[in-house]
Amino acid sequence: MAWRLKLVPEKTNIDFFKLQWVTFGASVLAVVVSLLAVAVLGLNLGVDFKGGTTIRTESTQALDVGVYRAALAPLELGDVAITQVFDPTFRADQHVAMIRIEAQEGEEAITPEGIAAIEAALVAVDPAITFPSVESVGPKVSSELIWTAILAVAAGSLGIWIYVWLRFEWQFAVGSVAALLHDVIVTVGVFSIFQLKFDLTIVAALLTILGYSVNDTVVIFDRLRENLAKYKTMPLREMMNLTANETLSRTIMTATTTLISLICLVTLGGDVIRGFVFAMLFGVIIGTYSTLYVAKNIVLMLGLDRSDKPKTGKPSDHEFANVDA
Amino acid sequence: MLHTPLWKRLLILAIVLWGILAALPNAFYTRVEQHNDAVKAITAAEGVATEEQAAARALWPDVLPSALMSLGLDLRGGAHLLARVQVSDVYAQRIDALWPEVRDSLRDVRDQVGSVRRQPSVPGVLRVAISNPDGMAVALEKVRALASPVMTLTGAGSSDLEVVADGQEIVVQLSEAERVATDQRTVQQSLEIIRRRVDEVGTREPTIQRQGDDRILIQVPGIGSAQELKAVIGTTAKLSFHQVLGRTSDAGADPGPRNRLVADANEESLYYIISQEAVVGGEELTDAQPSFDQNGRPAVSFRFNPTGARLFGDYTAAHIGEPFAIVLDDEVISAPTIQSHIAGGSGIITGSFTVEESTNLAVLLRAGALPAKMTFLEERTIGPELGQDSIDAGKLAGIVGMLAVVAYLVLSYGLFGIFANIALVVNILLLIAVLSTIGATLTLPGIAGIVLTMGMAVDANVLIYERIREELRDGKSPARAVELGFERAFSSIMDSNITGIIAAVIMFVIGSGPVRGFAVTTGIGIFTSMFTAVYVTRLIVTTYINWRQPKELVV
Repeated sequence: MAWRLKLVPEKTNIDFFKLQWVTFGASVLAVVVSLLAVAVLGLNLGVDFKGGTTIRTESTQALDVGVYRAALAPLELGDVAITQVFDPTFRADQHVAMIRIEAQEGEEAITPEGIAAIEAALVAVDPAITFPSVESVGPKVSSELIWTAILAVAAGSLGIWIYVWLRFEWQFAVGSVAALLHDVIVTVGVFSIFQLKFDLTIVAALLTILGYSVNDTVVIFDRLRENLAKYKTMPLREMMNLTANETLSRTIMTATTTLISLICLVTLGGDVIRGFVFAMLFGVIIGTYSTLYVAKNIVLMLGLDRSDKPKTGKPSDHEFANVDA
Repeated sequence: MLHTPLWKRLLILAIVLWGILAALPNAFYTRVEQHNDAVKAITAAEGVATEEQAAARALWPDVLPSALMSLGLDLRGGAHLLARVQVSDVYAQRIDALWPEVRDSLRDVRDQVGSVRRQPSVPGVLRVAISNPDGMAVALEKVRALASPVMTLTGAGSSDLEVVADGQEIVVQLSEAERVATDQRTVQQSLEIIRRRVDEVGTREPTIQRQGDDRILIQVPGIGSAQELKAVIGTTAKLSFHQVLGRTSDAGADPGPRNRLVADANEESLYYIISQEAVVGGEELTDAQPSFDQNGRPAVSFRFNPTGARLFGDYTAAHIGEPFAIVLDDEVISAPTIQSHIAGGSGIITGSFTVEESTNLAVLLRAGALPAKMTFLEERTIGPELGQDSIDAGKLAGIVGMLAVVAYLVLSYGLFGIFANIALVVNILLLIAVLSTIGATLTLPGIAGIVLTMGMAVDANVLIYERIREELRDGKSPARAVELGFERAFSSIMDSNITGIIAAVIMFVIGSGPVRGFAVTTGIGIFTSMFTAVYVTRLIVTTYINWRQPKELVV
């Protein structure tokens, strides 16, 4: 037998429900903590959602955030946040900072004079400075963007819920939507606790987590449905364990390949998309966890109706199986 | 059993081959770009090619596909603006223009309504007082006669003016239906004029789209900054020529009835009192070009159409020795004295311009004035170096990620891992091919989407292989195990991908900007990965099984 790299032994017999109250409790706790964190700490919203201006500066001279702050102080711009950006892909003499300025009273996007004044003040303290990007969003658009973002996540969940409901039983739909909301909420919670910048790209990442999480869950459910037809008398709990063990090697394999891609992006993909990729990285890990420990548990709690209903005349449980290529 | 009909095999191969060819131009991006530009220029010149263009065209064979993925602003650099058209500006203009008409028509019935005076009111509303209240009914009827029906589907049958009596005053404003119709027209005109102005500047592939009721999205790659773009499109560029009645340094001076006080564009605390009505307006211009005056300073020369030329000629003949004002967007840019009768309808505008300003002004005058002012809700500038850095980082991450996944698959599945890798490469090529062909725009989140697709595309193969392993463990023959593996894994692949597509479609419909770019690449990636995992891998695996007829199979 040829050697194969195996992260999961060929045959596993893990009892995923052994610690079900611990794991499920941990999930509930994580969701509650995340919601509390968002309510208490709030999110570090980017200009997309809060309005205001971000300026990315780049200089060949070593930069001092304090000097920049002092240079901008006379302009009375209100809340100004300056952070230095570090990235392994930067050249040795590439010093990057992000300056964030709150939305100015009575203005939509920042005025040309405003930008000119800021740029002039910074050039005065650092002649080598350049401004690779300037982004300004008015408060009107930003509040709309928040709503479309929330709407996108809600509509995404609803669409998935309907699909899973149609393809499986309603219990499965509840289980998978609970799992994906768990993943999305905890990811948002992490962004809140560590005050990472939350902008439009993070919403895209959340929607991907949503897709990934449900993908993972559906594969197990699909197998579960197959087993339900196969072993008519096995207790549900045992069957779920069997199913999870059968698909475990696939679950880990797919998570690993996805993580490999994401780790490459997070280390080499540059700082512009770091937040975005980080959200996905975290989401894939938690999505895998919730597949094994959240979705099934909910289905088990809700119970399944296993009385042999005549299933609309289909002998095969592979509804798409009749293709050949 | 493991038989694939010939036509199906050929079709799969044909699609793969198409994918390779259609993805190819992206590997030679600048070359193909030059070729495409040259082809466009040659077509525009009706087949006449300059030597340079012919050389550029020869950089890429005409027979090969030449569609490229266009690069988004975050990768190429450029400016992004979201503008709101202040549609209500137009109401005020319309109503102000109505006043002389109202006055003249009420003058006809002077014996019944008495004297007529315009009363101050908010912009967009005309209030007219009549001295004889008994004539109100007649007056209302007269004013209502000035209205015309609204020409839209929804507002059909309603009148464009709303005329009511308020005590001794007649109140005239645009009707609701007319406002809606006017808004439509205003935004449409603004869009057209912005497009003309941006085209005049001559950049590659600008995006100019209407968004919502009164918004316009403008994205121009390759422009230095959003400020530059604003200078081109943000100016209303309303040009008119007026009679000058006086100068003053008092900003609060009373210009007198039917006159206006307008500031000088260059000198502080210099104001002109000019006639309210223009002698000639900018709409009579047919051409404007940057040029120089007799002292060699930058200027803009212009030409009127016959109507404008006649008006301008008559006026100059009658007012020799008097100054007149050239007013641009409520500022006097110059106020020369008329030296002689200017016939022929052409002239020159001097002022303290730089060469750049005079070029811009000429562009603006040629493209026409915007019907209303615009405010900017959102603006973003991305420098080209930042974009290049992002492309480089994305490429590096993509290549390293690809190699790592390839190695991981070979370690996990041996020969079948190599099969999966071939499918993976085909998948990426097909994804790029489809993106190029439909002219999708690649953004940074889009690159992330491609890299993620790589990771997730493997999922379908993993599902199939794990299933084949199981069937083999159950003691099935290799051929049977492969067949069952593909068949049984299909339901899972389908379900998981459909949910992925649902998420992508929702992102595309609801999202904007980065969310959309990501949705497009992941959405298309799901389709291509299903094709490669199910059809391409299957073709490779069955070919292998039929060729080697292995007694024993290790996946």
